[in-house]
Amino acid sequence: MTSHRLNSTLLRHLLLGSIAVAAVLLLSTVLDPYRNLQLTNVAYLVCAAAGLSLLTGLSGQISLGQGALMAVGAYLTALMLADGDSGIPLPVVLLAATIGTALVGVLVGAAAARLRGPYLAGATLAFAIGLPALADYRGLAATLGGQNGLVVFSPGPPPGFTDVPFDRWQLAVSTIAAVITLILLANLMHSRFGRSWRALRDDEVAAQLAGLPVARLQVTAFVVSAACAGLGGALLAFATGLAAPGAFGLSLSLQLLAVVVLGGLGTIPGAVYGSFLLVFLPTWSASLATRLDLSRDVYANLPLAIYGAVLVFVMLVFPAGLQGGISRLVNKMR
Amino acid sequence: MLRFLNLTLGGIGTGAVYAAVALALVLIWRSTRIVNFAQGGMMMISTFVAWSVIGRTGSFWLGLAAALLAGLILGAVVERLVIRPVESAPALNAVIVTLGLLVFLQALAGIIWGGEPRSFPPAFGIVGFKIGDTRLLFSPSDLFAVLAVLGLMILLGLLFQRTSIGLQMRAAAFAPEISRVLGVRVGRTLTLGWALAALVGALAGVLVAPASFVSPNAFDEILVFGFTAAVLGGLDSPPGAVVGGLILGLLLSYLAGYAGSDVVTLGALAILVAVLLIRPNGLFARPAGRRI
Repeated sequence: MTSHRLNSTLLRHLLLGSIAVAAVLLLSTVLDPYRNLQLTNVAYLVCAAAGLSLLTGLSGQISLGQGALMAVGAYLTALMLADGDSGIPLPVVLLAATIGTALVGVLVGAAAARLRGPYLAGATLAFAIGLPALADYRGLAATLGGQNGLVVFSPGPPPGFTDVPFDRWQLAVSTIAAVITLILLANLMHSRFGRSWRALRDDEVAAQLAGLPVARLQVTAFVVSAACAGLGGALLAFATGLAAPGAFGLSLSLQLLAVVVLGGLGTIPGAVYGSFLLVFLPTWSASLATRLDLSRDVYANLPLAIYGAVLVFVMLVFPAGLQGGISRLVNKMR
Repeated sequence: MLRFLNLTLGGIGTGAVYAAVALALVLIWRSTRIVNFAQGGMMMISTFVAWSVIGRTGSFWLGLAAALLAGLILGAVVERLVIRPVESAPALNAVIVTLGLLVFLQALAGIIWGGEPRSFPPAFGIVGFKIGDTRLLFSPSDLFAVLAVLGLMILLGLLFQRTSIGLQMRAAAFAPEISRVLGVRVGRTLTLGWALAALVGALAGVLVAPASFVSPNAFDEILVFGFTAAVLGGLDSPPGAVVGGLILGLLLSYLAGYAGSDVVTLGALAILVAVLLIRPNGLFARPAGRRI
């Protein structure tokens, strides 16, 4: 009975994932390159955001440092693809960047497992500020390219698909990687680990009394989220062709946290909507500002003002995030 | 030796500002259990108000008064409008609300005052004091910053320890339900707490603005250092915030002086992690029991 249900959950996720990949690939043929680039941005944000959603929503740990972990993934990718034709296949590069970031996650997670609430927030905040500064550090500036960062030589489509435009190739790779991540995360959330994390989040002392290895579970959650952030960073480097400290400032970490809380903590659909909002909201408000013919200062800042106001508004109106609000509406209609 | 003295004085100067920012964060944390990430944005708005007033009137003191008043009002309005509804919600929602507010205030400042950094006049001269033939890297303006922060802290200490309102605020933060039963208007004390914290932040903004200039993002780094200082001292302890600010200011000043300014942010991270790994609730925290 259990194995049958497990199989059907896995099958359902696989089916949904394949449909999503097929839909995005079809859509990419009709969209212009700029839209495809935006969808690529959504894909790498989804990776990092879903990992953070698992960390904060399931295991109950906050991290303001996911942007720095994305930087680790991006720099690892850039170093592996440094000379135009390194011969390492792209999937291996992405996987290696993911594993490398997960190893950094072990260190951060081990420190984080001792800290709670605002102290954890403070330590990860300092991590978000401090780690990108490494790129400028004298001993490493030559290897990591200082403020200008490293150029990434993104490999093109494999033989047989060489006529596919580069933007569609980038979108395809990012979407497939994001969907695989989401399927794995969805299964992890339904597994014994998912249940243990929830127990730990709801009552740490009770979980400990019930025999759960609290510290080990907390570190595991951090490692999983670090791996997701690393893959997100690797895809970012692959999509933008650059790994530079400016892209991984504090604002990236804060935006990721905003994405998961806006969408609804601990929910995978929430991480997806949140990422869409993060990418498209500024574009919409910028086009609104152009249409209203506003002055330059207003035009440059209106998207951010709307974004900030939406964050506050959603939290006041839907305390459980958009996904929480939607499930409540659906339950009411039933 | 002179170098060491200069670095120490410089560290005390910046440490005083970190201490003020940390104190603003601690006041809010104690009363509402919220880490106010919008503090940097609120400081920035009140400093821009001061900049506009100084530009119109030419008087630094009118500008300072306007900043403090703007801080008080902004703190009270923010607490009433957006913080009150999330006080009973999950802790993370309040974090997101303050982050959203930070983004909103920065964009608003960009719309009103534009994005480029504006220079801000100091209260006093910025040429260092002279002892004998050597000129110290410590100016009357730095001395004013230290004294202003010190004076404000003494006033706040008197308010909390010696007045009825201060006692009510401490009671409301310590046990809101019991205080309410005993007739304390808990809602009002929370609003007052936010207003006071924003006032402390406004002072810090005006003091640091001559060095950092004023722009929508000017205070991001200072907020992070202030938060680091508050966490170092233990978020529940106002004296801890002050000591944490001074320790951080001194350590970062020595780091920048002896090891180079490129390691300052990494140094702040290392100091924070080292302290937290030994004392996970900050230097001045009382050991807390876990309730089962």
